[in-house]
Amino acid sequence: MSENGLDVPMMSDLAARGEKPEVLFWVGCAGSFDSRAQKVTKAFVKILNAVGVKFAILGPEETCTGDPARRAGNEFLFQMQAATNIMTLDQYEIKKIVTACPHCFNTLKNEYPVLGGNYEVIHHTTFLQGLINEGKLKMKGGGTFKGKKITYHDSCYLGRANNIYEAPRKLLEALDAELVELKRCRSKGLCCGAGGAQMFKEEENGSLRVNQERTKDVLEAKPDIVAVGCPFCSTMLGDGVKEKEKQDQIQVKDIAELIAEAQDLD
Amino acid sequence: MTAIIQSILFLIVLGLTGFFFLKKAREIYKNIKRGKAEDISDRPGERWKNVFLLAFGQKKMFRNMTPALLHLCVYVAFLVTQVELIEIVIDGIFQTHRFFYPILGGLYTFVINFIEILSVLALIATFAFLARRNLLKIPRFQMDEMTGWPKLDGNLILLFEIVLVTFIFMMNSADMAMHHGEYGFWLSGILGSAIEGLPHGVLVAMERIGWWGHILLVFGFLNYIPYSKHLHIMLAFPNAYYANLESKGEMSNMPAIMKEVQSMMDPNAAMDDSAAVDEEMPSFGAKDVDELSWKSLLDAYTCTECGRCSAACPASGTGKLLSPRKIMMDVRDRMEDLTKLEAKHGPDHKDGKMLIGDYISPEEIKACTTCNACVEECPVSISPLNIILELRRYQILEAADSPEEWNLMFTNVENNGAVWQFNPADRANWINEA
Repeated sequence: MSENGLDVPMMSDLAARGEKPEVLFWVGCAGSFDSRAQKVTKAFVKILNAVGVKFAILGPEETCTGDPARRAGNEFLFQMQAATNIMTLDQYEIKKIVTACPHCFNTLKNEYPVLGGNYEVIHHTTFLQGLINEGKLKMKGGGTFKGKKITYHDSCYLGRANNIYEAPRKLLEALDAELVELKRCRSKGLCCGAGGAQMFKEEENGSLRVNQERTKDVLEAKPDIVAVGCPFCSTMLGDGVKEKEKQDQIQVKDIAELIAEAQDLD
Repeated sequence: MTAIIQSILFLIVLGLTGFFFLKKAREIYKNIKRGKAEDISDRPGERWKNVFLLAFGQKKMFRNMTPALLHLCVYVAFLVTQVELIEIVIDGIFQTHRFFYPILGGLYTFVINFIEILSVLALIATFAFLARRNLLKIPRFQMDEMTGWPKLDGNLILLFEIVLVTFIFMMNSADMAMHHGEYGFWLSGILGSAIEGLPHGVLVAMERIGWWGHILLVFGFLNYIPYSKHLHIMLAFPNAYYANLESKGEMSNMPAIMKEVQSMMDPNAAMDDSAAVDEEMPSFGAKDVDELSWKSLLDAYTCTECGRCSAACPASGTGKLLSPRKIMMDVRDRMEDLTKLEAKHGPDHKDGKMLIGDYISPEEIKACTTCNACVEECPVSISPLNIILELRRYQILEAADSPEEWNLMFTNVENNGAVWQFNPADRANWINEA
């Protein structure tokens, strides 16, 4: 148990005891190091702890999946990262992975198999939806979010790239809030501007930034909360809302944070 | 006598049409074959399903209802009119008159009535399309790449359609007038009764002008489309068959790099592969059309420049230089330019130009967020993203032309295993941080 009251087992410790987790939680670079995304990581761990899911993280043994390097064009670096990670995952005989990052999710799920890394990879929204369906996670109606207007921003790598549109929305419905859709949603959802390694460089010259364009959609929907399922969307929309000085009216939150709040776990 | 002359004339025109069409078709085929080999033959069942849903069924068009319905009118009219074309060819060669009429009787009347109604719907749709392009100025038709020839091309096809329908009705109504409504066509019957009083010679001339005008226009059109964006009426079908069946998020693997990395990490594998060292080092990514997959080149010829991709693109939408439609147009232009150059200077001629740099600027491809909106929107199964990513691979792996910030990110990933500069040992520090 950590100082925060979190129970986060290391895969190496489990392996030393000859134990295996039900699922490996792939935290990702953002979830590990970005202060905003760390809160999502903790919220998700609190839910896992509360439900009693036996999980583990790789900790220092986890490295970038290589997604941004590959999309920038650096295939060598991607292949190096993938080979390293596959070696680590296979050494621990990992079968099932959950991650709160759609970019890690997409790479682990779709791009590692051809390189020899075969795992069942689940995005945390699908995982949480599964916990609800199995009755392990019981949502209380009429709680924290009753009467709140929540909108959902589809992450490109969850939506278009992997056709996951329903699980995040089902979770939001379970919050007993009023779900409003953005003007451009689901397969027509507009990117936040971070994908394709854009997160790691200045945008090219244009009339405005992509997150400013997306923030217009958000403001138009007049929500209390914008729910996201991606740490980079969270940063981009958070910045966009702040730039318009609407951060007091509109909160940008990951779905895991909303679930944890509804369960009084925060 | 005139019958024989007309028959000979018809055969000459038919022969020339076929000759020039096949010549251009062969050129396009050779251009697509410039691309890198890629085996796309798995899962034929799913592929045929895509041909029926996406190409025949126009499934993606219905993401946007107004243009979908308008396009459907033109599309169905076009498909059904092919029946009439068979008859026109038979009549043209053997100088028969409405060859199928005595054979089919009432069914014939029904089919022509059907064609006439669809033709009117297509005509209405065509005027709506002209209005959308030129009066309503729908944004996706006003982007930078839609000036000059592409703009003219889009309008010419619509004008073709209007003249074509005019000829069909000229032919049918004159015929109805001459034969006192014998065929029983509704719409041309109404027009026919209005011109029944005209001298017989005029009616004959009208029918012949309509008939010849119609078929000459069809033949002309057939030889126009390989030079036009309108080639999608043919290539949308194979392009749907060869559409990507994997998750859109998956980037194509680069086996040469995979093997090299694996041999670096596994010394035994390196020994096994020592024989391969002498092999020519492949060039990575694409700098020109011959290094793109043949499917990307088929994509370029299939593109009908509708601009749904660019309308959905976050980069285009925020004023960046990138427009996915322009990427497709550039790839096609590059192939056409190479063909012209090689015809002039011989097959080994090099013009010293490349797709990246001379046609598509690095700034354009750097603006892509890989969000797949362009791929999702394309009604004819094109992926501009594949081309962008292959060009990016060339830029990084061969040209070493990378934004400084990306180099920093690469260094971080390489040295720290994270996209930012953090100590890998601190990766789980969040557990104990407040």
